[in-house]
Amino acid sequence: MNPVVRTLLSRVGGYVGACLLVVFFALPLLWLVLTPFTPNPTYRASLSGVTLDNFRALVDNPQVWPSIRNSLVLAGGSALLVVALAALAAYALSRVRVPGRDQLLYALLLLSSIVTGTAAMVPLFLMLFQLGLIDRQVGVVLVLTGGLLPAAVFMLKDFVDSVPRSYEESARVFGAKPNQVLRHVVLPVIRPGMATVGVWALVQVWGNFLVPYVLLANPSKQPAAVVMYTFYDAGGQPDFALISTFALVYSVPVVLLYLVVNRRYGFAFQGGIKG
Amino acid sequence: MPSTSPAAERDVAGLGRARALGFVAPALVVIGVFLVFPAVWTLYLGLLDYSLTGAGAQAPTFVGLGNYTEALGDPAFTRSLGLTLVYVGGSAVLGQNVLGFALAWRLRGAGKVVRSGLTVLVLLAWILPGSVVAFLWQALLDRRGGTLNALLGTTDQAWVLDHPMWVIVVFNIWRGTAFSMLLYTAALSSVPRSHLEVARMSGASGWQQLRDVVLPTVRRHVLTNTLLITLWTFNDFSPYLLTGGGPNGASEILPVYVYREAIIGGHLGYGSAISLLLLLANLVIAVFYLRVLRGRTEAT
Repeated sequence: MNPVVRTLLSRVGGYVGACLLVVFFALPLLWLVLTPFTPNPTYRASLSGVTLDNFRALVDNPQVWPSIRNSLVLAGGSALLVVALAALAAYALSRVRVPGRDQLLYALLLLSSIVTGTAAMVPLFLMLFQLGLIDRQVGVVLVLTGGLLPAAVFMLKDFVDSVPRSYEESARVFGAKPNQVLRHVVLPVIRPGMATVGVWALVQVWGNFLVPYVLLANPSKQPAAVVMYTFYDAGGQPDFALISTFALVYSVPVVLLYLVVNRRYGFAFQGGIKG
Repeated sequence: MPSTSPAAERDVAGLGRARALGFVAPALVVIGVFLVFPAVWTLYLGLLDYSLTGAGAQAPTFVGLGNYTEALGDPAFTRSLGLTLVYVGGSAVLGQNVLGFALAWRLRGAGKVVRSGLTVLVLLAWILPGSVVAFLWQALLDRRGGTLNALLGTTDQAWVLDHPMWVIVVFNIWRGTAFSMLLYTAALSSVPRSHLEVARMSGASGWQQLRDVVLPTVRRHVLTNTLLITLWTFNDFSPYLLTGGGPNGASEILPVYVYREAIIGGHLGYGSAISLLLLLANLVIAVFYLRVLRGRTEAT
């Protein structure tokens, strides 16, 4: 084949391929971007004018804000618990030499990637049932915290390891007590690491469907991820105005947090409990 | 306390053993109760005939390996196992892997607009909450008003009902390719440009460069990536939000099977037995993954 034709063909092929990929990845997203603003929304993604009327459905629906609040409670509660427990553990593991520490950390990390919400659905359900924690948000928070903690300790220990010990040493030379060292020296230094881990945990829980779906029965306790699937009218037809605006409001924080964390720390954001 | 003693050197913060233990204990307790215990308990539960309702609810009886033989004899289980292999193999091992690599490879030389545009789209598919993307795909594929039917001019083409496995495989490729793309982009940037240059000078085609220069360098990354996405896809529950495992179990992968049997059906003993199989499969993948990682750190 003529080399010029060949180069031309491969270039055209490259463009066509790129276009197809753009279409493939963009097509499902169109609905999320267009539908909240289109009058008379349906399944079909289209924009036949711009309106904010759909957001009235969001404001009027009595389930919307409780479910967002539930998401905040679950995600915020888990993130706080994960950060607090992981920071304490990571600091102690970094500064005090315990025999078998690295093996312990690896074993825990291994466990947390094995014991996922999917694989451990049955024992978790039964355990919370017998503890009387089923249908209680604290149960969901504890289960999710347990799943996220090993990775969080791992990440934070890396962070603490990189903080020079001389900070603490000099503070102690000046007569600071261990508590003061912790509060005034250590905490400010590892705060960025705690923030990263906190955001990571927040996003993980915010998007989690399975764990609250299985462990919570009462709709008034369900987070946004689950409640989204209840916005159907009596005929089984989805309430498009409500779902589209709700999906947008529910997604935006995740995208924003991702952008913030990604800009500061680069990728390696996902992982841990999935599903 | 003199700060020069060896004990203080090991413990710069002056925490002391006891307090250090106190710091670690809360995390260990939560992990122990909500992560380790359920996994271990599954071992025992799987040996019981234990139901939420009926006779098994009053007094669980010990049935030994009965649940496992029952599973192997249940055509729904063996079919679910097969569907899971198709789902993981098709969407993760092949789909995400190949598409992620292709994207990373082609986007290196692409213009800035194409590269950043496509990257944003691929990343969005990955970071949006699972419930949202599942509904987006429902809207895309809907039988009457879906965007896909409107674009193709097909009417009443029920994609989800007619081709449920294709739908969840393509969906998961769309959903998860970002991770492979990011990982391979990082891996490809470690391939020395001069090696590619030399290969090109000596007349190697793009394909030959890929095979002889790039693939040997990133082989370990391929293995790492494949294991991770396999683990995640194997534990993925989101197909349930798209197809509900239906129609008639035609897309019922193992996570959905366990959910239906144990949580909906209340067969907790039987569900635990299947859960243990899932845990063991996860363990095999994860141990393999750690071995690969260790091999890499020793090699460098």
